[in-house]
Amino acid sequence: MRTSKLLLTVAHRLAILAYIVVALFPLFWLLKVSVTPNDLLYSEGVRMWPSRATFEHYEFVIAHSAFPTFFKNSLIVAGSTAIAVTILASLAGYALSRFNFRAKYWIVALMLITQMFPLVMLVAPIFKMLSPLGLTNSLTGLVIVYTAFNVPFATFLMQSFFDGIPKDLEEAAMIDGATQFVAFRQIILPLTLPGIAATLGFVFTAAWSELLFALMLISGNDAATFPVGLLTFVSKFSVDFGQMMAAGILALIPACLFFLLIQRYLVQGLTAGAVKG
Amino acid sequence: MASIDIHGIRKSFGTFPVLHGVDLTIRDGEFIVLVGPSGCGKSTLLRMIAGLEDVTAGEIRIDGKRVNDLAPKDRDIAMVFQSYALYPHMSVADNMSYSLRLRRSTKEKIASAVGNAASKLGLDPLLERRPRALSGGQRQRVAMGRAIVRQPKAFLFDEPLSNLDARLREQMRAEIKKLHGDLRATSIYVTHDQIEAMTLADRIVAMHAGVVQQVGTPLDLYDRPANLFVAGFIGSPGMNFFEGRYVASGEGAELQLANGATLPLGKRLGIESGSVATLGIRPEHVVIADGGALEAKVDLIEPTGFGIIMHVTIHDIPMKIFTLDRAMLNPGPNVRVDLPRDKLHLFGTEGTRVD
Repeated sequence: MRTSKLLLTVAHRLAILAYIVVALFPLFWLLKVSVTPNDLLYSEGVRMWPSRATFEHYEFVIAHSAFPTFFKNSLIVAGSTAIAVTILASLAGYALSRFNFRAKYWIVALMLITQMFPLVMLVAPIFKMLSPLGLTNSLTGLVIVYTAFNVPFATFLMQSFFDGIPKDLEEAAMIDGATQFVAFRQIILPLTLPGIAATLGFVFTAAWSELLFALMLISGNDAATFPVGLLTFVSKFSVDFGQMMAAGILALIPACLFFLLIQRYLVQGLTAGAVKG
Repeated sequence: MASIDIHGIRKSFGTFPVLHGVDLTIRDGEFIVLVGPSGCGKSTLLRMIAGLEDVTAGEIRIDGKRVNDLAPKDRDIAMVFQSYALYPHMSVADNMSYSLRLRRSTKEKIASAVGNAASKLGLDPLLERRPRALSGGQRQRVAMGRAIVRQPKAFLFDEPLSNLDARLREQMRAEIKKLHGDLRATSIYVTHDQIEAMTLADRIVAMHAGVVQQVGTPLDLYDRPANLFVAGFIGSPGMNFFEGRYVASGEGAELQLANGATLPLGKRLGIESGSVATLGIRPEHVVIADGGALEAKVDLIEPTGFGIIMHVTIHDIPMKIFTLDRAMLNPGPNVRVDLPRDKLHLFGTEGTRVD
């Protein structure tokens, strides 16, 4: 009995380990190539770690390429999109969760429909629309497009979090003397922090790594985000793998930091104890 | 504190009506219990008084002032929810003071109000805790504390004890009664538990299918239920009913049962001879006596410790007897019983009381 339980535990851990190895191996390879000196890249064959490691790619990327600009642009675009989407999705999700209004069914259906089209189909019309408004080649334009595309899904996400919070709580707050909005802000919103964190994280990563629209709407380095910027390491005749990978590693940092920051809320069940469970 | 007047209140959800015109006047300081089975509209009525549901038709006045269109926050009432609805991210003290903080009361006033309520409810050692660190009974107390810090015009209770175990429910019931004795606050209490209704109420409002069936003191409802619904709902075990045909004969009258047997009623009623009527008698009023007029076949014996509930059949009709006589633990296959005439309840064709 005890041995079989032990075996099961070991098998369980091994399965998880296997998954983690497969999932993280590309990241490891990214790191490995980013510290491999150019002269060893093709000469050493396939090795798990180069015989000599270097940070020269990082130095180059930070000091001599346009990467800092890309990075800053991406941070602005992804950050603004995440914040804008989360605010809009919180309000819309709350409305869908708590209020009954006319055309609610149709609004939900429309939001679902927007999620059905392949984005490629929409690139041309969106370019056509944004161009006379001067929103191509601009970070604002990107933020608007990303926000529009992420709001529906984020709204459904937030709605499900609001649905999980008992209605009694804001009714109690309203009887205690709060308006519906104050009850939302002071009672419901703090309890939705895990949901808000999840939405922020989801939208931030989506916007951070988006390539299609960034590529189509942005020309030139000044407003390029880093996925577009990564392509500048590909020239007609060669690919600068070392620098590209170094840039990739650097681009991972904000996403990791972001999740480190919000992971506390992602795992924490804040509503425990509110009502009899 | 305030009086509450409810006049011609109706409520429909969509096209589905749940309240069919309720009239009720609640005096200042009175403890009113709305009681009825689930779905009878009692909680809806309470939520309409609180302002959590719109009023479809009719008028609600608190302290003489029409409140139909006032937001809950402007009605100056407090409510205790069945789920407690404590704010999970706030300490007990913050839960209790939230209403005062919203009203921008001074720090000193808040501290003294919370302190008073906490000592009344025995919450002093728990003030810094979060709700999740409290037991069910403690959460219930905090919910009550949150209601009393504010000294509102009225307290509304929505099945506040339903989530507690039996022992705790008994204890909290007594505490609520004591609290009402101290504060003399106008209170409306919704429950489906008739024991809570009987023990707590100054007056009970019995409801069924969106209609008020009877309003009266607990003993009014127990002694003279206005109709079959109230008769069957109040009392445990429930009242026994014999349905039959009312026949006036000579000076007296009798009830003719389906199998042809008759039960003498002892007096004539103001209804037509030959009409359908129902006779009711409470299990605790049936008398077991050797010379009894009726024979009862014993089906089942349920000892409760305090007394014994006997399931018997009289004239093919199942009924219950409650007795304190321990000899009835082994009664034999049949017992003789009497139905004392002064304990009979008589209901006419429509189910309303006729005696």
